[in-house]
Order: sequence, then C-alpha cells, then structure tokens
Amino acid sequence: MPPLLTLSGLHKSFGGVRALAGVDLELHRGSITALLGENGAGKSTLVKILSGVHQPDAGAIHFDGVATRIPTPTDARDLGIGVVHQECLVFEHLTVAENLFVNAHPRRAGLVDWDTVQRRAQAVLDELGADFGARTSVASLSIAQKHVVQIARALVNDSRVLILDEPTASLSQRECAELFRIARKLRDAGCALLFITHRFEEIFELADRYAVFRDGVSVGAGALGTTGRDELIRLMVGRPVEQLFPKQAVQPGEILLRVENLGRAGEFEDISFTLRRGEILGIYGLVGAGRSELAQVLFGAERAHAGSIGGSLAGGVDIALVPEDRQSQGSILPFSIAANIALPNLATLAPRGWLRSRSERALAQHWIDALAIKAEGPAQAVQSLSGGNQQKVVLAKWLARKPAVLILDEPTKGIDVGAKAAVHQVMSEFAGAGHGVILISSELPEIIAMSDRVLVMRRGRLRGEFTRADATPSALLRAASDA
Amino acid sequence: MKFAYRNRSQVARRDLQFAVLTVVLLAAVVLKYPAFAAPDNLAGVLDDTAILVMLALGQMLVILVRGVDLSVAANLALCGMLAALFNREFPDAGVLPVLLLTIVAGGLLGAFNGILVWKLRLPPIVVTLGTLSIYRGVIYLLSRGSWVNENEMSPDFLAFTRAHFLGLSTLAWLALACAAVFIVALRRLPTARNLYAAGGNPEAAAYSGIDAGRMQFLAYVVCGAIAGLAGYLWVARFAVAYTDIALGFELQVIAACLIGGVAITGGTGSALGVLLGCLFLGIIRSSLPLVGISAFWQMFINGVVILAAVLLSARPQDRLRATLEAPR
Amino acid sequence: MISAMARRWESMLALVLVLGFTLFSLSSPYFLSVDTLSDATFNFTERALVALPLALLIIAGEIDISVAGIIALASVAMGLAAEQGAGTGTIAAVGLGTGLAAGCINGALITLGRVPAIVATIGTMTLFRGIAYAVLGDRVLKNYPESFAAFGQGYLFGPVSIELALFVVMAAVAALFLHATRWGRVVYAIGANPVATRFAGIPVDRYRFALFALTGLASGMAAVLLTSRLGSTRPSIAQGWELEIISIVILGGVSVWGGKGSILGVVLAALVFGLVTFGLGLMNIPGIVMSIFTGALLILVVAVPALVQRR
Repeated sequence: MPPLLTLSGLHKSFGGVRALAGVDLELHRGSITALLGENGAGKSTLVKILSGVHQPDAGAIHFDGVATRIPTPTDARDLGIGVVHQECLVFEHLTVAENLFVNAHPRRAGLVDWDTVQRRAQAVLDELGADFGARTSVASLSIAQKHVVQIARALVNDSRVLILDEPTASLSQRECAELFRIARKLRDAGCALLFITHRFEEIFELADRYAVFRDGVSVGAGALGTTGRDELIRLMVGRPVEQLFPKQAVQPGEILLRVENLGRAGEFEDISFTLRRGEILGIYGLVGAGRSELAQVLFGAERAHAGSIGGSLAGGVDIALVPEDRQSQGSILPFSIAANIALPNLATLAPRGWLRSRSERALAQHWIDALAIKAEGPAQAVQSLSGGNQQKVVLAKWLARKPAVLILDEPTKGIDVGAKAAVHQVMSEFAGAGHGVILISSELPEIIAMSDRVLVMRRGRLRGEFTRADATPSALLRAASDA
Repeated sequence: MKFAYRNRSQVARRDLQFAVLTVVLLAAVVLKYPAFAAPDNLAGVLDDTAILVMLALGQMLVILVRGVDLSVAANLALCGMLAALFNREFPDAGVLPVLLLTIVAGGLLGAFNGILVWKLRLPPIVVTLGTLSIYRGVIYLLSRGSWVNENEMSPDFLAFTRAHFLGLSTLAWLALACAAVFIVALRRLPTARNLYAAGGNPEAAAYSGIDAGRMQFLAYVVCGAIAGLAGYLWVARFAVAYTDIALGFELQVIAACLIGGVAITGGTGSALGVLLGCLFLGIIRSSLPLVGISAFWQMFINGVVILAAVLLSARPQDRLRATLEAPR
Repeated sequence: MISAMARRWESMLALVLVLGFTLFSLSSPYFLSVDTLSDATFNFTERALVALPLALLIIAGEIDISVAGIIALASVAMGLAAEQGAGTGTIAAVGLGTGLAAGCINGALITLGRVPAIVATIGTMTLFRGIAYAVLGDRVLKNYPESFAAFGQGYLFGPVSIELALFVVMAAVAALFLHATRWGRVVYAIGANPVATRFAGIPVDRYRFALFALTGLASGMAAVLLTSRLGSTRPSIAQGWELEIISIVILGGVSVWGGKGSILGVVLAALVFGLVTFGLGLMNIPGIVMSIFTGALLILVVAVPALVQRR
C-alpha cells in the first residue's frame, strides 16, 4: 500500500539559517513512525510545515498520492493532519468541549450549536477513554490530560495523520502507558502517526518505523525491526558514541550545604539533605516533581516559606544556578557573549560602578578559551551560537563567580553529544576542585553515571536517597513515579 | 506574565457577586436618599450611563484581544462634530444619514488603529495614544475652533435621543439593545468565540487557523463604529458640539471594563459584567451631587475604581503544578 | 551597546535638527537671535527632564503614562503649600517630595501589586489628576512667593536659563549612568530579558521600583520648573504632556519593546521636538493642531521601522 503522506526534498530557510536542506519522509497508514534527531536537526520546522504555519521553499508534499500544498493551519486540518504539541497549545480559559471545536464550531443558522459541540466532544472523550468530561475547564487539567485534549481535537477533525511532538517529556510512567494505548488504538484504526522523541526506550516500545534527521537532512529511514540502538545513534550523531560520562572519583570532604525541612507552598516541602565538598549530588524526578523550584529557592531567586539553608562557610554559601531553559532563563540571546558573562559578575567587574568594555571582553575571552566555546569572539551575539555553545556561555558566567556550589538544571537537554561531554567534564572538574555540584536531570543514564548520591523527588517531596551503588534505573524510576 | 484564566463558571460567579454589590450600592444610596429610587431618576441614571455602556462594550472587544483603545473619546468627539456639521449643512436630510455617517466614520477611524496594530504589529498603547491626539486635532481643523450650538441643529436631529418609549429614552433602549446583542453574540457567534480564543492564546489560535491580528482589526473597527454612533448620540443629547466634548472619557470607559471583570491580559470578560460595571459607576456618579460631592471628584473616583479593580484581579498565579501531581 | 542602527537613528535626528534649523532661520529673520533661541528652549526643557528617566524606564521594558498626572499633583501640592505661606525652598521640596511619593506608588503597584505597568499608570494618571481636580475644582492657585519664579524664569549666565542648565546636567548624569555604569547595563538587561536577568542574581524588582520612583521625582522637578515659570497652578496643568514626553523618548530611538535606546537619541529628539513646536508656534499654529503633529510623529516613529522590517 502506498504511503499516506510523502514528503520529498523539502527545503526551508529562515533568513540565512537553513532549517531543512532536503528532507524526505514517508508516513504509512496503520503505522507509527518515530522521528529522531538532535535539536536543530529540523524536526520542529517539519512540524510547522505540516501544520500549515510555514511554507517550504522547495520540495513536494503528496497526500494519498496527490500533490498538495498546506498554506494555512485550516488547510492542514481539512487535509486531516492533527498535531499534539509539546507545549500543549490549548486554551486554558475554555472548556474541553470548546477547545475541540475552536474555529470549527458546528453551526445552526449561522450561530454556534452548543448542544452538538457538547455531545460530539463527550463522544470523542468516551471513545478515547479519557478520565475527565467535556465540561471541564482545561486550566485544571494536567499536561497528560491536555495531550488527550489535543488528540481529541485531532479526532474530531477526522485526522488521518497525527503528529505527536515530544509528548512524553512531562509524563509519568502510567501516563505514558495510557498515551501509548491511545496511540496504538489510533494506529489500529488506520491512522498514520508520527512520533517525535529522543527517548530510545519509547521508540522501540511504540514505533514500527523510523526516520532520522541530522542538520536538516534525512539520513536514514525504514522499518524498525532490524535496526538496533547503536545504529540509530550513529545515524543521529554521525560518529560513534564517545565516552559520555567522564566522572572522576572523589573523596567527599566537609559539609558545604545543609538543607533542613525546606519548603515552599504549592511547590515542595520538607526537603532535607547535605552536600559535601567534591560531591556531585543528583536529583532525579519527573518534570513537575518540584526540582527546579527547589533549585530556584536554593539559588535565592525565590524565597522559602519554611526550613533553612545553612553551610559550613561563614557568611553563607555562594550558590550558582544554571537554569533549565537556557534560552529564556539562562542567557540574554540578543546580548553578546561578553555581556552575558558579565551580567552576574558586575560587582567584581565594576566595583565602583564604572564598567569598562575592555575588562568585560577580557573576562569573556578567558572563558571562551577555557571552555572551548566556538565563537567568532566576545562580541558575538549568543543567539547565533549553537545550543551547546550557548550552554557553555551560561556555565562560564557562573564559573566566573567562583561559587562554592553549582546547581545545574537539565544542563544537557537538547545539546549535541560533544557539548554534552564537555559539560560533564566541567562538572567533574568543578567538583574535583573541592566544590559541590547539584545535578538535576530526568535522564537516567546521566544521573546514574555522574552522581555520587541520588535524591529522588516526587510531587514536591523527597522519596528516596540512593548511594551510587544502589542507584539503578528501576529503583530510581519506581521512587520517582506513582507506578 | 502569568494569567489568571477564569473559566465560564468563575466568570459567572464573579458577575453574580458584582451584581449583588451593585444592588447593595443602590440600596445604600436609596436608603439615604429615597428620592433616588423614583422611576424618573432611575431612568435618568440609565440615560446618563447609556453612552458609557455602549463604548465599554466596544472597548471590551478590543481588550479581549489584548489591545486597548485610548482614542474612543476622540473618535466620539470627531464623529459627533461631523454629525453636527453635516446636520448644519443638510438639516432636512433626517436622522438616518447621520447615523450611517457616524457609524461609517467611526468604523474607519477604528480601522486606522486596527490596521496599524494588525499589519505593522505596533503596540496598541502607542497607536491609540497617537490617534487620540490626531483625531482631537482634526476636530479643531474641521470646526475651526467654533462650536455648533442647539439653534443650528434640526429638530429631527435632536429629537431622536429624546423620544421616550415605556418610560425610557431611545438612548437607554439603544444601550440595553446593545448589551443584549453583545451578550448573545459573544456566546453564539463563531467569530466572537474566535475573538476569545485569539485573546486567550494567540499561538494556539494560529494553529487553529485564527489570525489574531485580524481579530484585533475587527475589534477596533467595531469599537470605532460604536464610538462614532455614540458621537452623534452625545451631540444630540447635549445639543452642542465642540472640540473638547468627552475629554478624558476613555478613562471612564476603561474603568468600566476593568471593574466589569474584563482582564487586561485578554481572553476573559463578559458583556453582562461590563453592563454591571457601567451601572455601578453610573450609580456612583449620579449619587455624587446628592451627597454634596462636586462633579470634580469624578476623575478621582475613576482612578480609585481602576486601581481597585486591577489590584483585586491580579490574583496569584494559578497553581497548575499542584494539579499536575494530583492523584487520579 | 550602541549598535550600528542606533547610530544611524541619531545621525538622522541630527540631520533633521540641522534641516529644521536652516528652514526656520530662512523663513523668519527673528529666528536666529540668541534671545529667540533661548526662549525656544523652554519648549522642551521641562518635558525633556522627565523624558530622561522615562527613557530608562522604557528601556527596562516598562512604561509610565502618569507623568503628567504627577506634575499636576505636585503642582497642586506646591500651590497649597504656598497658600499656607511656605517659603520657596519648602515649596520646591514639597513638589519634589510629591513627585517622588507618586513615583513610589507606581513602583509599589507594579512590583508589589504585580499590576501591569500600562494599567497601573492609567489608573494612577487618573487618580493623581483626579486629586488635582477634586482639590482645586475650577480654582487657580497663584500665591507663589516672588523668589519662587527663579527656577523657571531665572538665568544661570547669559542666555542659558536655569532650566536649560539643569537639563544639560541631568542629561549628562543620565548618559553616564546608562552607558558607563554597571547599573545602566542592568537596565538594558532587564528590558532585553527580565527572567534571565533575575536568574543572574539581580533584584529586578528593586531596579523597577527605583526607576518608577526616579521618574516620579523627575516629574516633580518638572512641576517645580513649570509652576515657577507659569506662576500659577490649574488642575489642567501639563495636560497632554504624557503623550509629548513619550513621543520624545520614542522619537529618540528607544524601543517600546525594551532593551534598546540611548540618551543621546533622547536629547536630540528633545531638541527636534522643541524646535518643531517652537517653529510651529511662531507660525501661530494653535496647540491642539500641533498635537496632530505629535500624534502623527509618534505613530510614524514606530511605524517606519516596522514597515522597513517587513520588506
């Protein structure tokens, strides 16, 4: 049977940046295709083209053998293409039923027919086996439930192609299983699903075909049966996997940080732990467990409502935070490397107020060299750097402060393997120099390999503390999810 | 910026609470000044508030799609002057051409705002601050600084707003009709539903094929058209047209919207709430002379109302994260 | 932080200034006299004084529409103080203090009350001027001591008025602050990305509060100068000035979205504004018609870059 959707030779550039440089993809009826690729490989651009938000500069789209164009989102919907976005593009202030029929209301005499809306919405929800009703306000739903709303919307529009864009990022084990159940049901009904993810375990669990993008080009595709994990990584990265986790063995020293019964209303409570010199303390948990919020309180960006943070150093401990979202929280994209690195260090760079560009540039150059940041110079804007180099800039600005404790929140999310290794190297060296590191990560391999001890958080509370020996994937997973 | 999304049941609850508040206010005034409850007086209050109601409903549309229109009063004044000048030139033309003229003119003035916000993505505050001055200045140019007085207006022109049915003036009926149309349309008209979507989440709206910018344009056109119509009504009611009419009125309009529960961040608001907000302000304004407070306090009261309304609706961010982990 | 485009904008303003100057001097023989030019400066000095901290505020991503309302409030406070027999020094202090307090109210609403700046300052604009109207009604306050006139009507040396001198000093201070100190750098950062700035360990809300307070103080200063120059206080004083002051800031190349702008641009814009309004005034064009120009100018200044970018 010919594929339902065929993309051939798609090209797309934004300004001078090439997002897609000749991409091919085939989606078959009754099949789930996993789309893999690092950040910047072109996946999100592809989704936008299939959603009708962007137009390809070149290339062809064939739907059911017929050459088509998708000029607007409405055309995508009419064609039967539905998308479940990672960021949950739903209308919080409307009910589920209203969300399903936005700009597609069934009408009676030109006016919205609310009865039909209600009826059809509930029918779809029942069909999917959803655990909430059509009258529920979307604002009160969890991320997993919002994904179900997006799927329901696709069904209501009779979608034959369903794109799932990194849907499992914030879901618990049980929610993932539920999502997969729905996906398989749709597959069995003849839908063509495109499942975008970077988690290998899920690929092999759910998909039957694969496609790999790298730097805007298709580098491989086919049925999943015979291809193994290493082959897939090779396709994604283009080179054999190097040693990813260079961890030094270190003897932990005196207690650097002592946290007791720390709590913040609505986010986390009763968190107690210690951090010693030379230690890398991992904090594992699913997104929403409260780890980032804890990090922000430790750093001082938010205030705790209960408990205390203390340390061995007189006058408190200098804690630095590399935040989760490096583009909106970690750096100021339009600013230069030098300006970014200078920002948390203004007090030392300009002790009496006068800021000299010469000293600013010198500081930046020092760190460009130290961390091997690939850039034209200190004056280059951070937004034109690659993800890995952007993260290095964020690291540099905090390392320049010479903090005692460095907290890293999902530091290697979405950056290439080479930069990942570099970040881990920096972490190890920093800890090795007698400082403390707190690593927050949802990537089990990373957490297990890098941490001396692992704390597990779930729903704002500490659910377990594991030594390096005890920290196995299943033990951590069990503690982190409500499975 | 985090938004406090309020779903329909919360909005309905808020409206009910506010309705109760309005009734309590009315009761308080009537208790002290029983004459206030006389039907003539109440009809007069409605009369005074009618134009505010209409303008506030139009402004609500603009605020719903994350915009603001500071030029409504200038728009009103300009169209009012146009109506008066037209009437002076063609006193036998009757009211209908005047109505059409002002609605179209107002709509065009609103469209100018809308185009700049839609196509050029200029910030509404800057655009309408600019058009506010331009429109006022144009009135001066048109009228050369002179006034159009009652004796220069035809009887038809003046009579339209003064006619009474069932105890209420045409003005009051127009306002009530406007409110009724808005209440129904906002709930049942697909385009209106898209307005809420566009204002609540423009990105998600784009994926649903809604052009948020186009929604903004439409909102500005409707708001402008209403302002234009209100221009004629104002001039006919007060029987005078000059450059400074309704000076500063846009602030009252925004105040009415805010206390009517329209969120400045867009996406949330009910026509009923706006109607109640206007009545609330109207009752306050009408009772001022009874209490012996001069009309000069009007502006101050508006300011207090605006600030109180926004302070009270700046709720703490929704604790969505807590719901994420709630047991199921 | 001055990008090539900003430099082009300032060069363009300078060009407009030179052109305008030439035009006016050609069209009127009285224009080029030192006295005329000295009189002309009063057209912009008070507004420009407020434009300076307002520029900082807008660069930091905020806005303040209540500046004219603060001027009115401060002027009324001064008038009442004068009525009570206060001396010049006290009167000026009252004006400055009122401005500062009003600015702090704005700052508190926005940082503590978490009200968006647009709405907050629409509210306080109404509130402050509303107080002025409520207190004065249709009265005029005129009982200012003679020495009070020195602020607005006095000259430092030769044709340089005290107002002009004050503005030059303040402009220099603002320029140094914004472009050469680390606090100025923070102002840019807050405008470009307030979240990342907070994550860099900087108390963003404290800066915001300070900027609003400064803007209020400057408005108080402008109130002192204006009231002293006019010699009287009406509740309608400085009516419409918020539009003109914001226009000067935006004309100066400060982006409404925050993160971009320079003091040089604002100074040049103030000069252009003063020149144009003075010239139009010489041609006997009434104020309300002039405001058509101001409104159109404001729109043009934001529209043209947007149009260019669409190409």
